[in-house]
Amino acid sequence: MKVLATDREGGQHELSFQEGDTLMQVLTDEDLGVRAECGGCCACATCHVYVDPAWLGCLPPQSDDEVAMLDEAFEVEPNSRLSCQITMSPALNGLTVTIAPDWN
Amino acid sequence: MTEQRSLTDAVIIGAGPVGLFAVFELGLLGLKAHVVDIQDKPGGQCAELYPEKPIYDIPALPIVTGGELVERLLKQAEPFAPVFHLGQMAEKLEKLDNGNWLMTTDLGQAIEAPVIVVAAGGGSFVPKRPPIAGIDDYEGTSVFYSVRKMESFRGKHLVIAGGGDSALDWTLNLQPVAASVTLVHRRPDFRAAPDSVAKMRALAEAGKITFTVAQITGLEGEGGRLSAVKLKSEAGEAVAPCDTLLPFYGLTMKLGPIADFGLNLTENHIAVDTEKFESSVPGIFAIGDINTYPGKLKLILSGFHEAALMAHQAFHYVHPDQKLRFQYTTTSTELHQRLHVA
Repeated sequence: MKVLATDREGGQHELSFQEGDTLMQVLTDEDLGVRAECGGCCACATCHVYVDPAWLGCLPPQSDDEVAMLDEAFEVEPNSRLSCQITMSPALNGLTVTIAPDWN
Repeated sequence: MTEQRSLTDAVIIGAGPVGLFAVFELGLLGLKAHVVDIQDKPGGQCAELYPEKPIYDIPALPIVTGGELVERLLKQAEPFAPVFHLGQMAEKLEKLDNGNWLMTTDLGQAIEAPVIVVAAGGGSFVPKRPPIAGIDDYEGTSVFYSVRKMESFRGKHLVIAGGGDSALDWTLNLQPVAASVTLVHRRPDFRAAPDSVAKMRALAEAGKITFTVAQITGLEGEGGRLSAVKLKSEAGEAVAPCDTLLPFYGLTMKLGPIADFGLNLTENHIAVDTEKFESSVPGIFAIGDINTYPGKLKLILSGFHEAALMAHQAFHYVHPDQKLRFQYTTTSTELHQRLHVA
């Protein structure tokens, strides 16, 4: 099963995943510049991605925590998600995402 | 700026779980510690990122929240009366002629000790800087990430950005002082104290502040003097005139001045050995998430182990002529006295 990820330079990556991985883990397994500073506890917004709108409806809904954490992200769009909050399943095979800009 | 100087056995940089347990391990060996942390309370990431979230992999505690863990570690360290220097950043480290280290904070607190323990986790918590083109030209003149003196904003036209307690608190506190306040947040709802949200909405309804649902996309101004921020929302693009921007987007972790301490770093982590958890510089140790070595796991329990081994080596820097006798807390009268249980 694969995720298609576009990095900040526009590079395309096909990443394998197993059921139960979080999208954050799939992205951080490769060195694509996703900081994931808090390690996946929805506390930092450094794993921000844009999800291809066609896939938005297939994703688990956003928790209040995720919505509030996105307040601390930048360049938030309607298709913004925190990748640590997305658990991968066979239904997400082919999920297409773009890594959101970082800050320093 | 305060200018104070103290002398102790070890300076611990970072009051997170590992720094706090280092107080305990050093204390058992009769060593005193001062602890410096940039946050205004102990606990590090446990207190800042997940005070309410349960942790399941602390030995003998099947479930404990970040906040409870910090409380317990503080209790455990209590017999050793650590001296905390909170709300300060460990800024400068120099070697003295007598062989000791002198650590100075950004508030001018100087602490001399033969041993330095870096337990700084992911680094210092510092305000997030919005990735807006050219923002660095305005930082310190028109863009501020904290409010030190409210008076410096008297008569200013402020844009305050963010949706948490800091953004709301400063909106409420600065409104009577500033010439105008525009609060910019990306959505109509807030995660902040409901009372503050209600007060902010009342001010907006009364026309005393402006609340705008938008995100900041750019800055206008010249020579470090801001004249407006550019906004984007579902309604389109807009411009909010202002002379000061206060962004409150939470905190991020940065290695900060530790990077300049002259230690060998590997990808922003301090390289240590696995016998003493000492850095490339004798007398400077690194424990917890900040260090790296083959097989490193960023677990709190690893940091605890590292603290114990660090303390046994640290003892020899403090008491070069003494032999360290290994003792158990179950049986040693000396340890019982230090723990105030004898």
